[in-house]
Amino acid sequence: MTKILEFIDSIFVAAKAWILCLLGHFLPAWIVVLVSITISGVVILCLGPVIMMYLTLLERKLIGRIQNRYGPNRVGIWGLLQPIADGIKMFTKEDIVPANADKVIHLLAPIAIVVPALMIFLVVPFGKGMTTVNLNIGLLYFIAVSSITILPIFMGSWASRNKYSLLGGMRTAAQMISYEIPMTLAVVPAIMMSQSLATNAIVLAQAGGHGLNWFIFTPWGIVGFIIFFLCATAECNRPPFDLPEAESELVAGFHTEYSGMKFALFYMAEYMNAFTLCGIAATLFLGGWQGPFLPSWLWFFGKTFILICVMIWFRGTFPRFRVDHLMAFAWKFLLPLTLINILLTALWQFTSNLAAWCGSILVLGISLWTLVKLNRTFVPEKRHYPLES
Amino acid sequence: MPILEMAAKFGTYAVMAVILIFALGVVTLRNIFHCALCLAAALIGTAVLYVAFRAEYLAAIQILLYVGAVVTLIIFAIMLTEHLAGKTVRQNNSQSPLAIAGLLGFVALLTVVILKTPWPVTQTALKAKVSVMALGEALMGTYVFPFEVISIILIAALIGTVVIAKKDAPEERL
Repeated sequence: MTKILEFIDSIFVAAKAWILCLLGHFLPAWIVVLVSITISGVVILCLGPVIMMYLTLLERKLIGRIQNRYGPNRVGIWGLLQPIADGIKMFTKEDIVPANADKVIHLLAPIAIVVPALMIFLVVPFGKGMTTVNLNIGLLYFIAVSSITILPIFMGSWASRNKYSLLGGMRTAAQMISYEIPMTLAVVPAIMMSQSLATNAIVLAQAGGHGLNWFIFTPWGIVGFIIFFLCATAECNRPPFDLPEAESELVAGFHTEYSGMKFALFYMAEYMNAFTLCGIAATLFLGGWQGPFLPSWLWFFGKTFILICVMIWFRGTFPRFRVDHLMAFAWKFLLPLTLINILLTALWQFTSNLAAWCGSILVLGISLWTLVKLNRTFVPEKRHYPLES
Repeated sequence: MPILEMAAKFGTYAVMAVILIFALGVVTLRNIFHCALCLAAALIGTAVLYVAFRAEYLAAIQILLYVGAVVTLIIFAIMLTEHLAGKTVRQNNSQSPLAIAGLLGFVALLTVVILKTPWPVTQTALKAKVSVMALGEALMGTYVFPFEVISIILIAALIGTVVIAKKDAPEERL
C-alpha cells in the first residue's frame, strides 16, 4: 500500500527520469542536459496558460453561484470548453491600437507582463522533488521577480495615451509598491523559523506531526498568513483591491486601450500571478506539499485551489476599497502588525509552550486593539442648527 | 560538456552587448520615459550577468533594489513632471564634445589599469562560495557596527523626508 502511494507521489519525477534515462542511451550528455531543461520549461509554459484558462472558468462558475445564477454552461459539459471558445474569440478579435499611442511600448507591455508571471513558477515547489529550479534564494527570487510586474503595467498605461489608462497605471504603481512592503515583511517569520530562503527547505521545515506541522498552526503563522494573503490579493489587483481597473470609475484601468490577444495576455498574467501567489502562500504557511495520506502534488494543488477559491469568494463578497483607505490600510495597519509579528517570532524561537501561546495571543490582541483604535476614522460630531424664528 | 560551456560563454557576451545597447539608449533617446525603460532593461541585463557568474543573491538584490525600487521611483518622478505627455528633450548640448573627450581619456586610463593589474586565479578564490547564511552572519557579527550605522542613517533620511514633505502649520489668523 505504502509503495503504491510512494509511486503515485513521485510519478512525475519518475516519468522525467525515465525519459532522460532512455535518451541517455543513445545521445551525448550535453543534449540530455538540454532536454532536461526543455522538459521542465515546456511543462511550465503549458501549465501556466492551462491553469489560467481553467481559473477563469472556475471564477465565472463560482461568482455565478454566489450571485445566484449558473455561470457558463453551454460549451461542452459543465461549460468545460468555455475557456477554449474564449481563446478562439480573443485570437480572432481585431487588434486596435490608438492613433496617438506609443506603438512599440504599447506592443511590448502585454508581452513583458507575462514573463515575470511565468518566471515565478520556477521556484514554486509543486510536490516532493518537483521544484523546477531549487534556488537557495528561492523566496528572494520570488519577491524580486514579482516586483518587476509594476513596470509592464505602467508601460501599457503610459503608452495608451488615455487618461483612464494613466490613472489606472498611477494607482497600480502606488498600490503595488505599498503592498509589497508588508508582503515582504510578512514572509520574514517563515524565513526565520525555517532558517532558509529556499522554498523547498521552507516546506521541509514544516515536516513532522503526520504532515500537519504547518506554520499556520502557530500564532505568528496565522497572523503572517493573513497579512501575506491580503497583500497577495492586493498585488495581483483582485477585488476588493482592484482600484487599478475599477470599472465603475476608470472604464477598465490600465488595459482600457487593449483588445484581442493583447488584452488576453494582461488577463493571463493576472491569473497566473494569482495562482503563483496562492501557491507561495501555501508553501510558506500551509506546509506546501506536506500532508497526510494523499500524494504531495495533490496536497499542493488542493491547498492552492482552496486559497484561489477564497480569493474568488472575496470578489463576490467585498465592495471595493477607497484609495485613501487602501493606502492607510497598508501603511498604518499591516506594516506595524508585521513588525510586531517578526518580534513575536523571535520570541517563539526560544520558548514554544503553552505560556508562549498565551503570551503571543495576548501581545497580538493588545497590538490589534491598539492599531484598530489608532486607525479609527475621524468622524466629526454631528452638528445641529436649530431653526429659530 | 564543452559545447554547453561555449554556449554559456557566447550567451554572456551577447548579454553584455545588449546591456551596452540599452545603456546607449539611456543617454541618447529623446523621450524620457523610453530612457527610464532602457535603464530598467540594462539593469535587468546586469542581473542576468550576475546569475551567469553564479551570484544569484546579488542578482535578486539587483532586481529588487534597482528595477523594483529605483526605476519605479524614476517613473514616479517622470509622472510628476510635464514629460508625462511624451515631450521630447535634447540629451546633448554644446559641452558634449568636451565630455566625450574626457570620457575617452577615462576609458583609456581604465584600460591601462586593467591591463597592467595581474588577475591571479588561485584555487581558494575559485572555490570560494559566499552563501546567504554566511553573508547574514557577517552582517550580524563582524560588520554589525557599520550595519547599525547605516540603519540609523536610513531612519534619519526617512524622518528627514517626512519633515520636508510635511505641510507647514497653517498661520494663525490675526
